[in-house]
Amino acid sequence: MAEVGDDSDEVQWCFSQVKGAIDEDVAEGFGPICKGVCLQRDADVISTVEFNHCGELLATGDKGGRVVIFQQEPESKNRPQCRGEYNVYSTFQSHEPEFDYLKSLEIEEKINKIRWLPQKNAAHFLLSTNDKTIKLWKISERDKRPEGYNLKEDDGQYRDPNTVTALRVPIFRPMDLMVEASPRRVFANAHTYHVNSISVNSDCETYLSSDDLRINLWHLEITDRSFNIVDIKPANMEDLSEIITASEFHPNQCNTFVYSSSKGAIRLCDMRASALCDNHAKLFEESEDPNNRSFFSDIISSISDIKFSHSGRYMMTRDYLSIKIWDLNMETRPIETYQVHEYLRSKLCSLYENDCIFDKFECCWNGNDSVVMTGSYNNFFRMFERGYRQDVTLEASRENSMPQSVLRPRKVSSGGKRKKDEISVDSLDFNKKILHTAWHPLDNVIAVATTNNLYIFQDKIN
Amino acid sequence: MSDTSTETTMEVNAEARRILAVSISKLYASRSQRGGLRLHRSLLLSLVMRSARDIYHSSAPPAEPMDTSPEEPVELDLESGPQSDETPAELSSTAGGGAHQEAEEEEGEPAEDKENQSPTRRSRKRRGRMSVAPHFLPSKRARLEPGEERHASPLLPPPPPASCRMGPPETLTTLSMNWVIPAC
Repeated sequence: MAEVGDDSDEVQWCFSQVKGAIDEDVAEGFGPICKGVCLQRDADVISTVEFNHCGELLATGDKGGRVVIFQQEPESKNRPQCRGEYNVYSTFQSHEPEFDYLKSLEIEEKINKIRWLPQKNAAHFLLSTNDKTIKLWKISERDKRPEGYNLKEDDGQYRDPNTVTALRVPIFRPMDLMVEASPRRVFANAHTYHVNSISVNSDCETYLSSDDLRINLWHLEITDRSFNIVDIKPANMEDLSEIITASEFHPNQCNTFVYSSSKGAIRLCDMRASALCDNHAKLFEESEDPNNRSFFSDIISSISDIKFSHSGRYMMTRDYLSIKIWDLNMETRPIETYQVHEYLRSKLCSLYENDCIFDKFECCWNGNDSVVMTGSYNNFFRMFERGYRQDVTLEASRENSMPQSVLRPRKVSSGGKRKKDEISVDSLDFNKKILHTAWHPLDNVIAVATTNNLYIFQDKIN
Repeated sequence: MSDTSTETTMEVNAEARRILAVSISKLYASRSQRGGLRLHRSLLLSLVMRSARDIYHSSAPPAEPMDTSPEEPVELDLESGPQSDETPAELSSTAGGGAHQEAEEEEGEPAEDKENQSPTRRSRKRRGRMSVAPHFLPSKRARLEPGEERHASPLLPPPPPASCRMGPPETLTTLSMNWVIPAC
């Protein structure tokens, strides 16, 4: 594939912002003089990133169960060509650690997924989930407050009734903007196994949640029951060979959803066919190349993420080494396959030992489905431009964090001669992994999460 | 010629054993993970273990004296562990089922005096992080499966030097794995 940069019309990505604590290794360079430097906290590890439907809001969830929402500032009149920055809009604790007394198991508060609901009024709604419980949050603004109560003062203190001599009508007065997040629904006790996905239906009334073996259909208004629509639990658990890894509703067809499996298969189901969708309508599976068969083939073929294109015509799956684009009309093989980091194929044994082979990378489409993006190691992330068959590797690091500095493409040398500016496979830092990325639905703005930092990049505006 | 192929077979055998050891230690470590056993991860581990076991059997040198599988006490302890969650019990029985079969067919270490040593004399030297049977596990076995005999206590061989980091040709990752039984 040709490298990006050959064509002068290509998008050039620039650093915009970075959120989060400074990494520990950067701090060491400054010694004790540097104030306010936080060491990496496990609770701050970002576990999900999601733009809302208009791209104005960007939500992140972390291992500590917190959700942080950033809002894009409106374009400044002074600099009309420059996009607004994302600043913190709301922070709240979505999930707390819990304990399942029956099974003597701790339930992690880590936020596995966040999904925004389409906006219907001034308030914003999102679904957030940990391993067991899904919550619907309402994020609303308050910029007025009532003043002039009869029975209490403005600060809340109750007035002595004897001092009340006249009646007045309270009126609303402006106040400093306050953003409130309140849990409106809690959908609990429906999953025996760990929830891996949630997806809002295009009907905006229902959503699905999936765990390792089952998929449930919920109504957003009803919390005390859900419908089980897929159940792949075998009668004898010793026969277990395949589990559900991700699922998503079709963006336009409210009756259609897909789920991916640990064996690399994708099943498309039609809820009109029957109440229980154990029998798929379509099965997307590519036959394995026998030459590539290895000891760890089963692990690397497990699909870690699945995403429909915005058009609904295609879907993308991410397994450990590649991205595959599928046409919903063709089940036999993907129409495009992109190698994310093929140089790791010979290192699978080491990656198994250090657990990296179990990393679950996500993937995303750009707004017009022409480019796909996913993360890799060493804080690298990859973009694949579908039409031109071009790809680029970029790095999210504080070293490239001068405002508006253009990111230069990176290259990994897989052996033999290493050219200048290339990095060898053995020098890659496998602790620096980018698992979560998101693309603004309408614009060339991307959010890339390293371990506990969130980078925002945008395309260069001339 | 035959020496080379024997060498390769032994390397593959050693690699399979090493992978088995790594897998079991991972499976065991995941019990104490926050959030409980992850079904996906446990399934993948058990698939790797099954493949390693199959390769180990198919590439093991012939006419070796029988010996207990080193994984056996770990698997049985998983089954008899305190957790009442169906997931670890069922999964450990999946892996344990495989380990039980392996115990009956398991072939011991090649040409080591250790098999003749007293069972209480375990090698205390551990190279690397791999530890097949954590020493802090109680040594009593939960039960014997029908048809299973009680064998000598497991004695661990010193792990072979790590051979796969730089990707030499004869590793499990690059060998053609036609004979690996797909897990299904």
